[in-house]
Amino acid sequence: MVILDDIRKSYILPGRVVEVLKGISLEIKKGEFLSIMGPSGSGKSTLLNLIGCLDRPTSGKYLLDGIDINTLSDNDLAEIRNKKIGFVFQNFNLIPRLSAVKNIVLPLLYSGIPSEERNKRAFELLQKVSLSHRANHLPSELSGGEQQRVSIARALINNPSLILADEPTGNLDSKTGHEIMDIFKSIHKEGASIIMVTHEKSISEHAERIITIKDGVCFSGCY
Amino acid sequence: MQIVETINIAKDSLFVNKIRSALTMIGIIIGVGAVILLVSIGEGARREIYKELGELGSNILIVVPGKTSKEGGMHMGTSVVRKITYEEARFVEKRAKNIIHAVPVIVGTSWIKYKGKSRDTYIVGVTEPYFDIRNLKIEVGRGINASDVDSRQKVCVLGRTVKKEVIGDANPLGAVVSIGDAKYRVIGIMAPKGMALGFDIDDVVFIPTTSAMELFDTDRLFNITVKVRNAELIDEAKKEIKGVLIRRHANKEDFTILSQDEMIAVMGKILNIMTAVLAGIAAISLVVGGIGIMNIMLVSVKERTKEIGIRKAVGAKNRDILLQFLVESVILSVIGGLGGIVFGITLSVGLHYFFDFLPTHITWWSVVIAFLFSGMIGVFFGVYPARKAALYDPIVALRYE
Repeated sequence: MVILDDIRKSYILPGRVVEVLKGISLEIKKGEFLSIMGPSGSGKSTLLNLIGCLDRPTSGKYLLDGIDINTLSDNDLAEIRNKKIGFVFQNFNLIPRLSAVKNIVLPLLYSGIPSEERNKRAFELLQKVSLSHRANHLPSELSGGEQQRVSIARALINNPSLILADEPTGNLDSKTGHEIMDIFKSIHKEGASIIMVTHEKSISEHAERIITIKDGVCFSGCY
Repeated sequence: MQIVETINIAKDSLFVNKIRSALTMIGIIIGVGAVILLVSIGEGARREIYKELGELGSNILIVVPGKTSKEGGMHMGTSVVRKITYEEARFVEKRAKNIIHAVPVIVGTSWIKYKGKSRDTYIVGVTEPYFDIRNLKIEVGRGINASDVDSRQKVCVLGRTVKKEVIGDANPLGAVVSIGDAKYRVIGIMAPKGMALGFDIDDVVFIPTTSAMELFDTDRLFNITVKVRNAELIDEAKKEIKGVLIRRHANKEDFTILSQDEMIAVMGKILNIMTAVLAGIAAISLVVGGIGIMNIMLVSVKERTKEIGIRKAVGAKNRDILLQFLVESVILSVIGGLGGIVFGITLSVGLHYFFDFLPTHITWWSVVIAFLFSGMIGVFFGVYPARKAALYDPIVALRYE
């Protein structure tokens, strides 16, 4: 479902051009659970942002479900992020003034789903991540693990085909981290494709395939 | 995204910063309130003047010496201007067929004294029909009649204020007062008329025009006050009077004939300008309020950079973000505008209640314009911050702490 062909990404900084990704080719099949490893600064987050359509490659071809991302407008990309992709971030990225349930339904606001349907789905997901009793709490009233479960629920709410997680356990203790990974594994079992960036070996081992990136090139696992 | 959702989001975020939102709205409240209040003062003054001029009789033409331009309004009493005389007024009355009366009017000031009390007041020389023409009622006694004028009788009719100040509670009829060097007998007292155009109509003494000529030692009239038969004949009557006078003035049109309508129109014009200036000044405060909105929206956009990143990551389009912030600023300005309407109307009504000499009149168009203008200000000053928010790069925005 994800095909990357010689993806390059450079940033123009004052006085110099920094090439972060130097030709990455990769294919990810539907239903795959993949983790991307690599030291910090290796470009793994940049790669994840490109796959997540938050950014565009400087060159190279990216096909998502057969759609060539390079040909799409910003609005089309927003729609793809909305319908096909669910993000889970290291620092949760919840909107602080919205309750758990309001954070979870956020993607549905941008896809025109009526409010009863939104709340129905949100409460189903809250149940799934065992947070029904916390529905109306603000993020600041939740523990780190609970916040991450809220953000997983948010990622899942629009039934995306691809879940992208950027260091999802990076801000959690190892016990909570593994609880989160259990959730990911159960989502994966239900058929979702998951791409997870991490630098923790123990976390990456939950995935079926591990690729390693160093200095913007694929070191292992890319095929 | 549906607009209802957008409004809900905006409402939520405005509610989180209650005090900030309220303070921002105050700018608009004051602006809109000021527009409504000041326009209501201008309009109140206009209506008051129309009403007062209307009460001073209808179908009236005033002939004044000197040629004034049509729009100029004021007659400058310069001495080079050829005077209009008592005889000319009589002549006009005799010759012009479309008029009922032509009253020669002389106005001057003098002391009036009675038993040790005195008052400096206006002395107006008139003839019999003047009281009818100007809707002036005699309460006690009688007015000045034709034989008083013909025989230069030293009789006077006192305005209410003069009567109260000079004669007091004593029976005024038959009392002899001094005006200038002469003794005048009081024959009547005016019914109270009150203020008109800031002038106390009750602070006046009427005497026969012929007596006034003697008193002020002049045959120069202040004006000829003409009553036309009916409203349709006003233009006709003007032509006639002009024809009659121009022959007596060596074919020179060195006088001006003003109709009541023209005077009202001139007044109205001045007051419209005044109202527009007041509204303009008030509008400036509305613009300042708008800048306040823009300022707060810029802060709000900056503060919520991360939120913008999150919303974009989960699928918000640029347009959704733009609309979200634009709706916020429009809500601020529209609620402020509604508050301003309440504020302005309250002030306007309150002002008249506490200071009843200050007439106010709220016009629906000033309310509508002020409100629409406040909405426009919300859009105008909201677009820049909202656009800024909409164009944030999602990755940069997400990283913002």
